[in-house]
Amino acid sequence: MAVVIILVMLAIILYNIVAGGMGIISWDFLSKAPEHGMEEGGIFPAIFGTVALVILMVIFVIPIGVLSAIYLQEYTTPDSKITRMVRIGINNLAGVPSIVFGLFGLGFFIGFIGRGMDTFLNNAQGPTWGQPALIWAALTLAILTLPVVIISTEEALRIIPRELKEASYALGATKLQTIRRVILPQALPGIFTGGILAISRGAGEVAPIMFTGVAYYLPYLPNKLNDQFMELGYHIYVMATQSPDVEKTKPILYGTVLVLLVLTFLLNFVAIMIRSRIRMRRVDA
Amino acid sequence: MPDNMTENRMENKKLRVEDKETGESPNAINSNLKMTTRDLDFYYGANQALEKISLNIEVNKVTALIGPSGCGKSTFLRTLNRMNEIIPGTRMEGEVKLDGLDIYNDIKDVSVVRTKVGMVFQKSNPFPKSIFDNVAYGLKVNGINNKSIIIEAVEDALKRAFLWEEVKDKLNHNAYMLSGGQQQRLCIARALAIMPEVILMDEPASALDPISTSKIEDLIGELKKNYTIVIVTHNMQQAARISDFTAFFYQGQMVEFGVTKQIYTKPLKKKTEDYITGRFG
Repeated sequence: MAVVIILVMLAIILYNIVAGGMGIISWDFLSKAPEHGMEEGGIFPAIFGTVALVILMVIFVIPIGVLSAIYLQEYTTPDSKITRMVRIGINNLAGVPSIVFGLFGLGFFIGFIGRGMDTFLNNAQGPTWGQPALIWAALTLAILTLPVVIISTEEALRIIPRELKEASYALGATKLQTIRRVILPQALPGIFTGGILAISRGAGEVAPIMFTGVAYYLPYLPNKLNDQFMELGYHIYVMATQSPDVEKTKPILYGTVLVLLVLTFLLNFVAIMIRSRIRMRRVDA
Repeated sequence: MPDNMTENRMENKKLRVEDKETGESPNAINSNLKMTTRDLDFYYGANQALEKISLNIEVNKVTALIGPSGCGKSTFLRTLNRMNEIIPGTRMEGEVKLDGLDIYNDIKDVSVVRTKVGMVFQKSNPFPKSIFDNVAYGLKVNGINNKSIIIEAVEDALKRAFLWEEVKDKLNHNAYMLSGGQQQRLCIARALAIMPEVILMDEPASALDPISTSKIEDLIGELKKNYTIVIVTHNMQQAARISDFTAFFYQGQMVEFGVTKQIYTKPLKKKTEDYITGRFG
């Protein structure tokens, strides 16, 4: 019964979005910038910004998350006080509301690091780093999605048979060699799962990037790390709440939602494909 | 139980006295002794798993360790190449020598110990890599990168493990494609590739069918010409078939050690006899 309700709800939502948004989707819509106060034109800058943001986020979050998981799983004893504290910290991090991450990003990345970089680099012509930018938004999202990556990587590390590690040690391998040659390859599918989950979470978040980098409207595409950018989720929010003529922007709004959904699904799909290919390779090759 | 322990401790002392009488001081480098342990104690946390184990392992011979589950024979085996060090919360006292060098103190680099004292595990544990990469792994982690040397060493190791003929055309296949017995021989080949001097085997045939088991046993008989082998086994017939010396472990102590034939025909201890005749264990 519960399953039926969920499926029906999902179907209604999807139908609503597809029916409302399908009509506007065209090559122009996907490849052009908004025009006339966003009442016409396309959403390409927002698509571009979302993809750039998510890719940067993954570049930040995967190494940090994977290294943290390896440290927790391979270098600490599970019952030690520090490990338990770190674990509690990770779980709490996962429960913090996303708007708090946005404020943290504003205060820490922009206010502290960005301003600091400006002072250090002695920028005379106003702030270059100490302002909302793509890199700060990506870093903020990376922190938001860090627990997801750590937890799924740890899960993958935990199920690696002890026998494999022992085989490696018994052949004279050091711990680092064992991690690099045996443990990491085995954990790859789990790391990808973490990446997938991080992407689905990160691509849909609006609150963390509101203060840290996203722009209402930009006439150009971001091409530097300290550029601002447009983003699909924020674009939807802007059009739904800030538009002078809601009726006129409605089709664009629906279209944008549809694109965001498809994009998220697509990113997930690609990641799942990569993951299953790795799994296949492990079994036959 | 306490009586038992003191009795065994005295036995151990007696053994050492006998050593001296035959001119074999335990600390002297004896050309026939590949490895020696003296007064080896081992603890998992507060649990003592081994108590005062002193054992001589002769070169180019097969030494079998037998005893019921949990008697410490596997733990003992793993002290011989410092494999217990990777288990947190363990502690060891006493000494283990390889060619007269204390492997815990004289040899600082644990990798060196483990390349000299190789190990084959109970459950065959090939890496999820190709057959070739499995055998080459030990060479690569020990800094050998020359391709032709690796190719040669892999072929040599697979031949020594009697596996070459079966796999020479599919070296790039995943090791998991092999049967259980082949996987175990692959693990032996992997251990042989890094040119160890001693091979430790922890019930290498316990999970195999009779045909694969007899292949492994034949292989052990062949290997002892060039290597010193220490094998843990549950299977007493197996120990009797393949070993030259047998040590009987019980509750963390070495109850009896001697020439295999004598242990199986005229055991000195009642416990040994009970175990061998199947009265317990």
